Amino acid sequence: MSLSYVLPEFIITRDNERCINCRVCQRQCSYGAQLWDDNKKKVYSDESKCVNCHRCVVFCPVNALSIQKNPSRLRENYNWTQEDVRNIHRQAETGGVLLSGMGSPRQLPVIWDKLLLNASQVTNPSIDPLREPMELDTYLGRKPVQVKLTSQGRLAEKLPPQLHLSIPIMFGAVSFGAVSLNVVKSLAMAAEKAGICCNTGEGGLHKELYPYGSSTIVQVASGRFGVDLDYLQAGAAIEIKIGQGAKPGIGGHLPGEKVNEEVARTRMIPLGTDALSPAPHHDIYSIEDLRQLIFALKEATDYQKPVSVKISAVHNAAAIASGIVRAGADIIAIDGFRGGTGAAPMRIRDNVGIPIELALAAVDRRLRQEGIRNQVSLVAAGSIRSSADVLKAVALGADAVYIVTAGLIALGCHLCGRCYTGRCSWGIATQDPQLVRRINPDIAVERLINLLRGWEHEMKEMLGGMGINAIESLRGNREMLRGIGLEKKELEVLDVKAAGE
Amino acid sequence: MNNEEKRGLRDLLGGPLPLEGDFRIPSGCAISGIVDRDCRLFNGDDIISSISVMRDRSNGLGGGFAAYGIYPQFARHYAFHLFFEDYAAKEDAERLLYHHFMVEEMDSIPIRKTPGVKDPPLIYRYFCLLPRGRLEEQNIAEEDYVAAVVLRINRDVQGAFVFSSGQNMGAFKGVGFPEDIGGFYRLEEYRGYLWTAHGRFPTNTPGWWGGAHPFTLLNWSVVHNGELSSYGANRNYVEEFGYNCSLQTDTEAATYLFDLLVRCHGLSLEAAAKVIAPPLWEHISQMPSEQQEAARALRIVYGRGLLNGPFSILLGGKEGLMAINDRIKLRPLVAAEKGSRVYVASELAAIKAVEPDVTRTWTPRGGEPLIIRVCSNKEVTT
Repeated sequence: MSLSYVLPEFIITRDNERCINCRVCQRQCSYGAQLWDDNKKKVYSDESKCVNCHRCVVFCPVNALSIQKNPSRLRENYNWTQEDVRNIHRQAETGGVLLSGMGSPRQLPVIWDKLLLNASQVTNPSIDPLREPMELDTYLGRKPVQVKLTSQGRLAEKLPPQLHLSIPIMFGAVSFGAVSLNVVKSLAMAAEKAGICCNTGEGGLHKELYPYGSSTIVQVASGRFGVDLDYLQAGAAIEIKIGQGAKPGIGGHLPGEKVNEEVARTRMIPLGTDALSPAPHHDIYSIEDLRQLIFALKEATDYQKPVSVKISAVHNAAAIASGIVRAGADIIAIDGFRGGTGAAPMRIRDNVGIPIELALAAVDRRLRQEGIRNQVSLVAAGSIRSSADVLKAVALGADAVYIVTAGLIALGCHLCGRCYTGRCSWGIATQDPQLVRRINPDIAVERLINLLRGWEHEMKEMLGGMGINAIESLRGNREMLRGIGLEKKELEVLDVKAAGE
Repeated sequence: MNNEEKRGLRDLLGGPLPLEGDFRIPSGCAISGIVDRDCRLFNGDDIISSISVMRDRSNGLGGGFAAYGIYPQFARHYAFHLFFEDYAAKEDAERLLYHHFMVEEMDSIPIRKTPGVKDPPLIYRYFCLLPRGRLEEQNIAEEDYVAAVVLRINRDVQGAFVFSSGQNMGAFKGVGFPEDIGGFYRLEEYRGYLWTAHGRFPTNTPGWWGGAHPFTLLNWSVVHNGELSSYGANRNYVEEFGYNCSLQTDTEAATYLFDLLVRCHGLSLEAAAKVIAPPLWEHISQMPSEQQEAARALRIVYGRGLLNGPFSILLGGKEGLMAINDRIKLRPLVAAEKGSRVYVASELAAIKAVEPDVTRTWTPRGGEPLIIRVCSNKEVTT
């Protein structure tokens, strides 16, 4: 084999004064970057294998390790960056499509960080969440224009099915296959405990997770992995996945290395094969086809469950959303270009799709302009990083948000972005039994509940600060946002005033 | 005349301030209401005495009244009260009025020049009926037709504003202390069975009389002490149904919301109260199942109609009066009764000033409406 031109991305620095050669780093590293020399009785590193996951750094009992960017830098070139050069070398050596994991790290504007929230003073007192009730309850589903009551004040017409969430946050779509069974189980258990929902992604529903069905949204994606009648009936709601924010226009991708027996059985595919979902659903080539599928699913489940449609945030998201409402969907989930993924072509992840902030604002506005906003609930995703992002999303029009990356980070993910290798050292994005055991569901559930609880309290504080004691009053309330460092056109699309106005 | 009374350059040339409606003015205030359950008529002296006790709650930049039962000789007519910045605006507005209605009578509303009430706009009223056959031709309900004309004038005619448009009722408002406004409009010459009043403490200077309370549409009038933190959500919600929030005030959005819930959607006042100030989810889950189902449905469907933030609101309408506070009672409201009369106000002193000898006083709880239906529908719901 000829010499690779591709230099290691990272270097491993070991403080030899501190190192006690305990071999913890060698045992923890799943990429082969930490090794044991049996002759010299010493640990040593192979930086060419390092992916910067920090597993060894965290676990080293004497803090002897640190990972740095390789200091060898090419001559400064604003146009041809080191990374551009590296990627071409890689493609010249392999002829392959560059793969990537997790959401796009590109240096493009993060609009959440340019939106500021309000607080009430003097004319309107802020509300103290420690002493007053603060309600975050959220109901997702189609709502009629009005409520009809009998003369005795009883409900004359039942509402369409609604999904109740204790807080406006759900765990988003992440498949068994992309991550381990321990991880999807932890998400399901935490969702049930917290009174919210999780989402199967394209992985189907493992038998062990059926008991958590009433807190699970089951996904019907283009590959129809794991879809049968039991599956549809097990979930609290059904989501048709049209697109995903990280890779608009193409289907899901699970490399064959991660398709073990359990994954194969749950997805109903052959062992060891790449699970490549088709780009479109091959029975949805138009909006009327979507309507047909929505109603087929509703018929199959007796109109008892809300049907959601998940789309990527793209240029004409507003028009597409309007069509989806009229096609009979009860919930629309919009996934922005920063959304996470287990495996996506790097060029698509980094160049296709638009920010969720803009898509959400545009969709909410268009549906209101057309007088059909109440017919669906909107769920925003890609990427929600904190409780402040959640509230900003609600203010832009979201009924709830999906989080996945934040949840995985809570479990130990360090965003090294190598999910597609199946070698995840934190035991998350892998099916290797040795690695999978690194996630203990009981501890994982506790960490997820902690995260949700922390965010819940922060949200209550911020809501109270705005003089609001029920989340309904923040929904689509652009008055509570001001923009800073945004262009006039962006403010217009967001329908938000500039700070100072 | 000392220097304080002389007008300065600012008064002569007008400040550089934009009109209310280009920006939002939060305000704190005083409210008062007097209603006779048997529809016995009385003049405006009582309500003016009541609101003048609470002078310190206002700052002289807004005051107003709503009066019901004042035009018995025109009981079926829609009494349009309008402000005009100039005669050009009057012409433009009249063109629309005369096109859409049969205007049986019109005059300038009688006033009395009052110190403290400066620079009034032109103020006119028109008693209007629907032309025969117009509703069948347009295939529209009568009140939708009238409301549409009001909204169109307010949205499209520059410098004109319809501030009252009900049958046998009228709003009287402007920039000044409410007691001065009451004198300005000669309210002692009108007799009604339901009077509400408002004194405003806006945090900026409004240039336009339209922004004072009450805000009205058809027979609805709202006087409001408070500020809606949910304004952005409420405004977006009512605008979906065609209402246009041209004034950018909280009270405007609240008035449209009541029109939507009660007139358009047919909810009772009690149910509408459950929309704007709903019970906590926790309390709903403890209700008996049929009641729970209805309460939950109202809250799920009408979430964007929830009024968040502090408020005391007096809603006048065809059925009578509803007084209601936000769920955690962040603004005052006290009630009293004597004989066939019920009084509500921001302060007990404002009631005692008119009727020192009340038989009962009480404080309505946060979120629980006080509904007084008049004449044929006599009921006090506490």
